[in-house]
Amino acid sequence: MPADISIAESAPPRPARRARFLPWAPTLTLVVMLGPVLAGLAGTLAPAFGVMPALGGTTPGLAPWQALFDWPGLPRAVALSLGVGFAATALSLALVILICAGWAGTRPFGVIERLLSPLLSVPHAAAAFGLAFLIAPSGWIARALSPWATGWDRPPDLLILQDPAGLSLIFGLVTKEVPFLLLMTLAALTQTRPGPSLRIAQALGYARVTGWLKTVFPPVYRQIRLPVYAVLAFSMSVVDVAIILGPNTPPTLAVQVVRWMNDPDLGLRFQAAAGAVLQLGLVLTGLALWRLMELAVARIGRAWIASGARGRASAEHALRIAALILGATAALAVIAGLACQAIWSLAGLWQFPDLLPDGLTLRNWQRFGPRLSGPALETGTIAACSTCLALLLTLACLEAEHRHGLRPATRALWLLYIPLIVPQVAFLAGFQTFSISAGIDGGRVAVILAHLVFVLPYVFLALADPWRAWDRNQDTIARALGAGPDRVLWAVRLPMLLRPVLTAAAVGFAVSVGQYLPTLLVGAGRVPTLTTEAVALASGGDRRVIGVYALAQMAAAFAPFALAVLLPRLLWRNRKGLLDG
Amino acid sequence: MADGNTIRPGLRFEKLTISLGQTRLISLDCTIAPGEVLTVMGPSGSGKSTLLAAITGTLDPAFTMTGRIRLDGRDLSDLPTEARQIGILFQDEYLFPHLSVGANLAFGLKPSLRGRAERRARIEAALAEVGLAGFADRDPATLSGGQRARVALQRMLLSEPRALLLDEAFSKLDTGLRAQIRALVFETARNRALPVLQVTHDHSDAEAAAGEIHALA
Repeated sequence: MPADISIAESAPPRPARRARFLPWAPTLTLVVMLGPVLAGLAGTLAPAFGVMPALGGTTPGLAPWQALFDWPGLPRAVALSLGVGFAATALSLALVILICAGWAGTRPFGVIERLLSPLLSVPHAAAAFGLAFLIAPSGWIARALSPWATGWDRPPDLLILQDPAGLSLIFGLVTKEVPFLLLMTLAALTQTRPGPSLRIAQALGYARVTGWLKTVFPPVYRQIRLPVYAVLAFSMSVVDVAIILGPNTPPTLAVQVVRWMNDPDLGLRFQAAAGAVLQLGLVLTGLALWRLMELAVARIGRAWIASGARGRASAEHALRIAALILGATAALAVIAGLACQAIWSLAGLWQFPDLLPDGLTLRNWQRFGPRLSGPALETGTIAACSTCLALLLTLACLEAEHRHGLRPATRALWLLYIPLIVPQVAFLAGFQTFSISAGIDGGRVAVILAHLVFVLPYVFLALADPWRAWDRNQDTIARALGAGPDRVLWAVRLPMLLRPVLTAAAVGFAVSVGQYLPTLLVGAGRVPTLTTEAVALASGGDRRVIGVYALAQMAAAFAPFALAVLLPRLLWRNRKGLLDG
Repeated sequence: MADGNTIRPGLRFEKLTISLGQTRLISLDCTIAPGEVLTVMGPSGSGKSTLLAAITGTLDPAFTMTGRIRLDGRDLSDLPTEARQIGILFQDEYLFPHLSVGANLAFGLKPSLRGRAERRARIEAALAEVGLAGFADRDPATLSGGQRARVALQRMLLSEPRALLLDEAFSKLDTGLRAQIRALVFETARNRALPVLQVTHDHSDAEAAAGEIHALA
């Protein structure tokens, strides 16, 4: 029977039906992701040189720059941005390196990892508020020490929060960047297989940290370089965290630029644009400086490796303990901050030296809860739309790569990081100008498109590795059983990769929930989300309402992660092969 | 076979060569007749899996291929994998972990067999054939190695292939089980008159196949 030849019956060669869209997916993705950045940069450059016809600026000139340089706070704002950026990045990186060098592969490392990983999903603003609640003169730490240790029976008049040197801002950034860099380093570690290198170094008599730094770190750093650049650029130009924790007079350059942009005096827009361009230049200068430091460290490092110094275990012991304590402090600071917010949101009367409020009540939630529903719905809609779009584009790119045998170029990775490295203030205002001319300004659609610029890279980075790691033989088997590429995608690959797909979606959702500046600027202040509302409350200083908003923001970012963990467990509860994997 | 005079049945390689850059990996010109087995042996890296990829149509674009592969007279070159009617078994069974045993078999069963009851009956029969009656609702992860191998075989057969490829298909099974599964596969292939191409580095596989042996350098 099987040998019964019937060529007429055999299936004719079927052209790939989706071939029309899929090969275009990478291009479309780049346009969606980089188009707004480039258009926005152009839209920022023009007013920086006096051209903005809508506001009467028609002749190019240097007046905006003149105005910018006349601002007395400028040198200090610039120094703050540079100093905060470098300090936060260097401290975060050093801590992550020390934790990995000292503990990777041990039990305490697993604990640190489990403590830090969920913190990645905490929106920056919520984490910053939590920290503020902890370290303020009337915060939890002062309460815990008062009056027995400090003698304070009223909050001391100290400028701990928003200190002029930006120390609390640096601390706040470090607590959020350490989890990010740690996860990136872990991903790099699984690819570079550090075990054999470290064991050989130890067998040659190197102490653990020294051996790790000399053999494992160089290839790992090559892989986390782009994330480090993103951290540097972000720390130099962050706005929401700087509003909450950063100094006020003057603030960092990015915060001042946003103030000018939102000033009722529209004439300040030119000056703001010039400031935004300066911010971009500052970040580029910062990256160039960092690159020089990389080269210097590499040179010193090579000499150190060539010296054959083994390191002393006794000296390293102290370093390892310090790394563990600092890592745990960073994690616990965020966790305690969130707990403090939760208590404030439920607090009745809570006088200064008391560690806990007199009583817990739902009154705050009853009072502010109804006001939450609008922004919560807006937040969810924007996050869901931008995440779905990002997921669709990412899957299309990865599937095009798979079906057409495209090889991902290393350069493509750089493109993914562009939206994370170009400062938000430098192109968002320009993008707003563009969206006005496109007729979608101040609306939800424009905000969704702006969020997509930032959601896309994270979704792509989260999904690409597990997607590419899928066993191709599984594809061959399914195809040999007669399933076309589409059926393989929907019936085999997506169900098998459900967990990473949902995780990537959760990452995208959390990124969108946390966006402050794109929502504020592109939405022209008319698209209120939990994040913009919470940050707007910062100056008011009412801890009960801030607690309510920050917790709601936190919940919005965290819920999808919970779903990404629970849903596969529920769906695959009878499928051992997918539960363990 | 009515039209056996005009078209030569079986899996035929016509002056097939596969190269990577300047290195020629495969050079093959022969026919595997229905029910016969060709064993291709060679050390790892000698291009055994490359040959199978060429037959299934999943050859990496880095390789260049000349000549033709015909199955029952039909040139496979321009056909996508799913239209080639080639069954393949790997060392791992690649049962779909998200589907029950029955659903795995249903994935292979042609859609031309219609009706829920008929399909279910066909699947039950296929399971009973290999001593796995009543296993349809099981999670594939709970099966033993031998049970998984038999499910993979039946899933492949339900897709009604016209040729069978074995990619080190028995190398993960321990000796006793290995002989048993191997006998089952070769016997089934003979009964269904399927041409079989197996690649292996194990001589006992070649002996069990009792067919021609082609050695790769």
